[in-house]
Amino acid sequence: MYDGGKILAGVILGLILLTFPIWWTHGSAPPRPEVKLPEKEKKCVEEGAYMKRKHMQLLDLWRDSVVRVGDRSYVSFNGKRYDMSLQNTCMSTNCHAKKTEFCDRCHNYTGVVPYCWDCHIPPKEEPQEKAEEMH
Amino acid sequence: MGVNRRKFLKIAGVSALGAAASPATEALAITPTEWLDKQLGGFSIPEFLLHFFHKPAGSQPAEALTATRWAMAVNVRMLDEEIVEACMEACHKIHNVPHIENPKREIKWIWHDEYEHVFPGQENEYIDENLQKLPFLVLCNHCFNPPCCRVCPTKATFKRKSDGVVMMDMHRCIGCRFCMAACPFGARSFNWVDPRKFIKEEEQNPEYPTRAKGVVEKCQFCAERLAKGQMPACVEAAQEICKKKGREPALVFGDLDDPNSEVRQVLRSHYSIRRKPELGTQPNVYYIV
Repeated sequence: MYDGGKILAGVILGLILLTFPIWWTHGSAPPRPEVKLPEKEKKCVEEGAYMKRKHMQLLDLWRDSVVRVGDRSYVSFNGKRYDMSLQNTCMSTNCHAKKTEFCDRCHNYTGVVPYCWDCHIPPKEEPQEKAEEMH
Repeated sequence: MGVNRRKFLKIAGVSALGAAASPATEALAITPTEWLDKQLGGFSIPEFLLHFFHKPAGSQPAEALTATRWAMAVNVRMLDEEIVEACMEACHKIHNVPHIENPKREIKWIWHDEYEHVFPGQENEYIDENLQKLPFLVLCNHCFNPPCCRVCPTKATFKRKSDGVVMMDMHRCIGCRFCMAACPFGARSFNWVDPRKFIKEEEQNPEYPTRAKGVVEKCQFCAERLAKGQMPACVEAAQEICKKKGREPALVFGDLDDPNSEVRQVLRSHYSIRRKPELGTQPNVYYIV
């Protein structure tokens, strides 16, 4: 093989570079995000496990139901009635009133950028607590 | 050497066996509980069953105002500057409509104009001068035959089957502005810039969303208020002032399909006109002049 040494060195270097993202961060994944659950309200619209996996499908169903059909009342499987609204139900004062401590934690961790809040107004958070977040 | 027939068949048979057995070996590699977990998507069995049989569905809130054809009658003779301004402010504040000075970029859901602009083609030479001075309140006509909905490529704007309200689904709007070209009444506005910058934070209504850059918006006949059992914001504002001034209500809202509704009664007792009837869009906003 002509220039065998060079080719081999190149192949090895290429392999190192290609696998760089795998071994460089190996074992040093940041800790799982901890979301702050609401203090007052203990029950979500649906069960926690379901919400964790399917909240996007639920919200999608809600928006179609509200905007396109005009049906704004949702009955969860425990029989409770909810107003289908991200701003007025999910993010109300007693529930997920702080976007930075709930929604953002997981979304930032997984690198998801939902555009919900381009239009929907998240509840106002006191700047003091925001400062705490930064530290 | 070479492969003879006998050898080929042997190899083929063994490979076929191997291929057939591989899913079985894969299945054996995980425990039955793991397999079940995978099938159930991580839910417990009762949880899975509940969500399998529970068809999530919405319904109309009990307190909602319902109709089969919502319509509005604007009694122009009862309007004055104060009422018009109050209507505009009530609507724009509740719906987070930004106040943009530049007329090329402004957003408006409800506004006023003079007679000859609202009713072009009907500007008779010697018409009542008072009529010409009156502020004509204009908004989306929620046409029975809406041209905007016909041209929308994504069905982002559509006529709601249940009550005839011409709605906007901001989630679907791609900002092509066909609807703006189709609307003969100029009732639609396009968000050329991020509207949030033009709404003061303390004036935001936290119960209603804003819009994003690149979508078209317009009056929705206060669909969100009707669902709560409330009249549209402009109607409420106008009726309040008219009551104070001891006038007939300037704006009347109701069901055209109900012969006893307030709108029908008002339309029965007054002569009314509609904007550009010759186009056949059948506006649901009537003007009593």
